[in-house]
Amino acid sequence: MPVFRSRAIAVSMAAALSIALGGSALAQKKYDTGATDTEIKIGNIMPYSGPASSYGVIGKTETAYFNMINDQGGINGRKINFISYDDGYSPPKAVEQVRKLVESDEVLFVFNSLGTPSNTAFQKYLNGKKIPQLFVATGASKWNDPKNFPWTMGWQPSYQVEAKIYAKYLMKEKPDARIAVLYQNDDFGKDYQKGFREGFGDKASMIVTEESYEVSEPTIDSHIVKMKSQNPDVVVSFVTPKFAAQTIKKIAELGWKPLQFVTNVSVSVGAVMQPAGFAAAQGVLSADYRKDGADAQWKNDEGMKKWSTFLDKYMPGVDRSDNSLIYGYGVAQTMVKVLEMCGDDLTRANVMKQATSLKDFTPDTLLPGIQISTSATDYAPIKQLRMMRFKGETWDLFGDIIAVEPNTN
Amino acid sequence: MSTVQEVVTEAPVIEDAIPKKAMALGPVASLVILALLIATPLFVKNFIIFQMTMWLIYAIAVLALNILTGASGQFSLGQSAFYALGAYTSAILMEHGDINYVLTLPVAGLICFIAGFLFGLPALRLSGIYLALATFALATAMPQLLKLGVFEHWTGGVQGLVVTKPDAPAILASLGLKVSQDMWLYYFTLAVSILIYIFSVNLLRSRSGRAMMAIRDNEIAASAMGVDVSLYKTLAFGVSAGITGVAGGLGAIAVQFVAPDGYTIQLAVALFLGMVVGGVGWLPGSLAGAAFIVFVPNIAESVSKGLSGAVFGVILILIIFLVPHGARQIAYGAQGLIGKLRRN
Repeated sequence: MPVFRSRAIAVSMAAALSIALGGSALAQKKYDTGATDTEIKIGNIMPYSGPASSYGVIGKTETAYFNMINDQGGINGRKINFISYDDGYSPPKAVEQVRKLVESDEVLFVFNSLGTPSNTAFQKYLNGKKIPQLFVATGASKWNDPKNFPWTMGWQPSYQVEAKIYAKYLMKEKPDARIAVLYQNDDFGKDYQKGFREGFGDKASMIVTEESYEVSEPTIDSHIVKMKSQNPDVVVSFVTPKFAAQTIKKIAELGWKPLQFVTNVSVSVGAVMQPAGFAAAQGVLSADYRKDGADAQWKNDEGMKKWSTFLDKYMPGVDRSDNSLIYGYGVAQTMVKVLEMCGDDLTRANVMKQATSLKDFTPDTLLPGIQISTSATDYAPIKQLRMMRFKGETWDLFGDIIAVEPNTN
Repeated sequence: MSTVQEVVTEAPVIEDAIPKKAMALGPVASLVILALLIATPLFVKNFIIFQMTMWLIYAIAVLALNILTGASGQFSLGQSAFYALGAYTSAILMEHGDINYVLTLPVAGLICFIAGFLFGLPALRLSGIYLALATFALATAMPQLLKLGVFEHWTGGVQGLVVTKPDAPAILASLGLKVSQDMWLYYFTLAVSILIYIFSVNLLRSRSGRAMMAIRDNEIAASAMGVDVSLYKTLAFGVSAGITGVAGGLGAIAVQFVAPDGYTIQLAVALFLGMVVGGVGWLPGSLAGAAFIVFVPNIAESVSKGLSGAVFGVILILIIFLVPHGARQIAYGAQGLIGKLRRN
């Protein structure tokens, strides 16, 4: 039993008392604050407003998914009460909201809170209180740190893992490449850039130039012109969707034909490839772990059929090419799986224990062959990706699933 | 050009309605508010105490802006930059220098005072909306400066810096008082706020304060009377920045984390908003203004998650329409009402 303070003690004492009085029938059920016979309270932080508000769709998808689970009878008879607050992507606001979740709403744990700065801001607080911070929605590599932060866990492949996969691919397929790297000057871009360099090891001299830009710049055309002057034949863009579209477009306008990579954050056909122009985007490479909601090749896929039925009923009218819908569905499904595994032992310690005991779990919306496995020393649920190439108006997957061992901090 | 003239001529019109002495509250009202601020935390949850701490911290920052705009008549949209500078100073001293958190605040204040004073020098050539734009540039530049690789060793770069939260002093525990970290930090912040409030009220009542207000009302007349315009203008900038820096330092300690994304232009706009809602030039209004920027977004979110921004906007427009002089107008209205009742 973890130790709690003030009200939490009162509540858990009350819970313990009611169990004792309830007699033997209830004896196997164990609860912490936030879980009862009828309800599991889950907290969440999302940027519904502010500069990253496009990710708010993830929170909406999760809300809809848990509504569906509740309509189907809940998990082991318990309904999910999903409380999601807006932090506007501001760390001080995130701290305020997460404290509200824990101390006022009294949630069992925090699930899929979005953004590296926000999660960093309250990681210490949640770990100090021994409250799980599960499947955080950021690709930073630092969440895989069971030694120092045993209550925090990521979900998606980390940026560094992805960057290393590109490095691995390039060293094998194009060992004489002259590589230009374009990255966003923040935690996101720098994590990629670092992983990419590490991936090359002593062959880092293949990288001939590294250009960085600020997210507030309206256009990055000048950076691309500057990179071209170094005469590289591979351009790797560790950039967010808007800039990925600009990069692909500008490179085509210059009549330049390098081999291009974009990150899987920027693979949306609707948000990146179409605005860049399909003609300009031919042959661009990336890697992914999710299926594409707008791609016809998954039309008869069992998992995607379920996803599609879910959208029809719970989120009618959404734009299906938005891969936040795929992401939100997959991560919510993983969460439900963990809660099912918990059975009637809904203590925070057991939630964490089950989250670290996932074995070859495959959510409906992930690519065939990608499996989620965790252990007490492995806090990186997804660490596999498959390479893909843009062809026509869709992504063509090719090659085998590539796995990289993530760094532990 | 016409807009500038409008701004310049409009400002004194608003001020005419209010006697100069009335920049602070009367003694009775002050004591009631103080008693409420002291007693409330004893009855509420730690989370509410944390919110109240943030409220006080933003109130200090709004007060600082009020000194600059309300008293010396200079605009600033760059307060977030000084807030960030103060926050990082405290955080770096605590985490890298192992210096006690109490001592980091005067340092944060001093560094921001110097920064504000220096920024005030070139800003002398600008006035009205041009000054607002120059400070705006400062606010946009700050998050990027904090990300610079050169400082990364100290600032933690884009990843920010996690700050350890201070415990209540051991002496309280030995006296048998159980004070949580949040409650201690609240009372500490309250003490700092009171000090800064008293300092500010006295500053504005002093010779320097009168000089600043003279500049606000009419710069030429002020200089004709022998007021050193450039000195007092830069001084106002320095004092305002210094106080904002202390607020920033407190903010870093309360939130336990500093990162460039926490100090964007949005913070500067929020502080400006707080000043307008509280009433420009009325120091106690800072509390009301800060309450607006801390609590109203939460209310807006509870009304509608998807449209929280729009709801916030509607509330703001209503306030500007109904009480254009902010909380000051309400307070004065209430005062007049009480006066009438007494006479009857």
